Amino acid sequence: MSDTQPAPSVFGVADVSVRFGGLVALDAVSFAVGHGKVHGVIGPNGAGKTTLFNVCCGFVRPDAGTVLRHGRPVSPRPDELAGMGIARTLQGVGLFRGLSVVENVMVGADRHRKAGFGSTLLALPRSDRDERALRERAMAALAELGADGYAARLPGSLPYPVQKRVALARALASEPDLLLLDEPASGLGHDEMTELGALIRSLTARMSVVLVEHHMDLVMSVCDKITVLDFGKVVADGTPDEVRDDPAVIDAYLGEEATHA
Amino acid sequence: MAAPTKDTEVGVPPAAAGRFAAFTRRMPSSTLGKHALTLLVAFVVVVLVLELTGPFRNSQFATMAYYGIAAAGLTVLTGVNGQISLGHGALMAVGAYTTGLMLAAEIPLLVTMLGAMAVTAAVGAVVGVAAARLHGPYLAGATLALAVGLPGLAIYFDHWLGGEQGMRIPSPQMPAWFSDAIYFLSATEASSAKYLAYIGWVTLLVVLFLLANLMAGRTGRVWRAVRDDEVAAELAGIPLGKVRVLAFVVSAACAGIAGAVLGIVVRLAAPSGFTIVLSLGLLTAVVVGGLGSLVGALLGSALLVFLPPFVTNVGTDIGLDNTQAAQLAPFVYGAVLVLVMLLAPSGAVGVLKKLLKKLWIGRSTRRTG
Repeated sequence: MSDTQPAPSVFGVADVSVRFGGLVALDAVSFAVGHGKVHGVIGPNGAGKTTLFNVCCGFVRPDAGTVLRHGRPVSPRPDELAGMGIARTLQGVGLFRGLSVVENVMVGADRHRKAGFGSTLLALPRSDRDERALRERAMAALAELGADGYAARLPGSLPYPVQKRVALARALASEPDLLLLDEPASGLGHDEMTELGALIRSLTARMSVVLVEHHMDLVMSVCDKITVLDFGKVVADGTPDEVRDDPAVIDAYLGEEATHA
Repeated sequence: MAAPTKDTEVGVPPAAAGRFAAFTRRMPSSTLGKHALTLLVAFVVVVLVLELTGPFRNSQFATMAYYGIAAAGLTVLTGVNGQISLGHGALMAVGAYTTGLMLAAEIPLLVTMLGAMAVTAAVGAVVGVAAARLHGPYLAGATLALAVGLPGLAIYFDHWLGGEQGMRIPSPQMPAWFSDAIYFLSATEASSAKYLAYIGWVTLLVVLFLLANLMAGRTGRVWRAVRDDEVAAELAGIPLGKVRVLAFVVSAACAGIAGAVLGIVVRLAAPSGFTIVLSLGLLTAVVVGGLGSLVGALLGSALLVFLPPFVTNVGTDIGLDNTQAAQLAPFVYGAVLVLVMLLAPSGAVGVLKKLLKKLWIGRSTRRTG
């Protein structure tokens, strides 16, 4: 499918509100991700970033508003996202601890499988072919992130930053055109974060990225646009430079620091 | 692009890895080839064992066969997919009663076994749909209800199913080619115990072959993924409900076949044969053998069959009277279970793997060193 007009957005939400009992977690939040762009979602703790991500993935149904995919309203279940070309990484790592690294990534590539239950049951040649194809996909994704040397290891035996790379490889193995990254930099050192930033920029040739992140440096350096949330409301929306100097943003963050101090 | 091979497991010296590589090169490379070869070797071993043992051992092996089939199905459900079931004894009852009804209607044995499998799989699908929404203790509770409730149906429909006394199951006729083949093989008369043992073990091997295929391929990987992290699995596009129900159906199908073999071996399907004790016995067999391993399920069911009479014999040998000796068996079984949980949580298979690994490395380092 190719839009003749410059596509307005590959993904977004419009006027999304979520209430948990009396608490308003999100209040008429909207944002839109352009094709091949990196969109940041930031805000102090409890601003509603995670709830917003969970709405995007169908884990939370919004009380009002819609999720938009290529301009059309959708309400996918979490297991339907991959089929729509959307991949998401989890806070922490969320790897399958009983599966080797390459098997983990093969699960990520699962939507490209062709062989069914019957051919696996009888171990028909087409099942072997399918497994080889999935393994190649997984190895390619691991190689891209420099983690192919760990293919046969169990995730629990690897250092945390490597685990995070494997989790990212698992998301990339589905070959999405939209990648939702939930705090990809947590637990990483300074150099690893710089590498991650470069990697995210390089992905924009193939996909759009939504990034929920705490680390300001990373967000400011990789994002094309940023949505700032505070108490469930959008307080600013624009390029990193616009957002940086916005009084509402400074207020939100300084306010948080003041309460922490 | 070639995958780099720097991921050789830590701790294994290169010589061992090299020996292993040379060994695997001589093996067939396809999953079908590997598993078919293993099946063939296993069949030869089974023939040897059954021909070298008498009718008493033969009937013990037949018993082990149906425990093994059910335990293999249960280890897939509990070990691989992470769903507990305390109701597999009841599913075996479904298989056994279906077998009884179908054999009484003079339906051929093979069709009967497939029928028992299909009916039990259908029951498993219904239970599985409920199970897919339940976790941990709730799932245990629901399947426990199945174990307690389902055999009661036989009493309620006593006109069809024989009530408390149970339903007699006609023994399948031994075909002439079978006794000819046995005579050709070992120059002995084929006993009915031997025929039943062969039915049980051929069925068991076919079931293990099919389950091993599933576990080596995509289905097993997805089952394990759902067990380890359901949110991550869901985000990879895996429908949790369908995957869990499929595991339950496959597991129930095995229980159904196990019930069919039990039916023709015991020649009786009665509610007292499918109590919660059977379900718990299967679960402990799977845990003692090594959760999630087919070989473990086999070891566990061997223990289930051979340990009690062995312990009873030891009991009488050391001078206990018969009642005391009989009471010794469940005690030892319980002690074994506790010891395995404490000392070898990965079960008998885990211990075996460790030993083999040590042996393998030890031999190759001695040779090179």
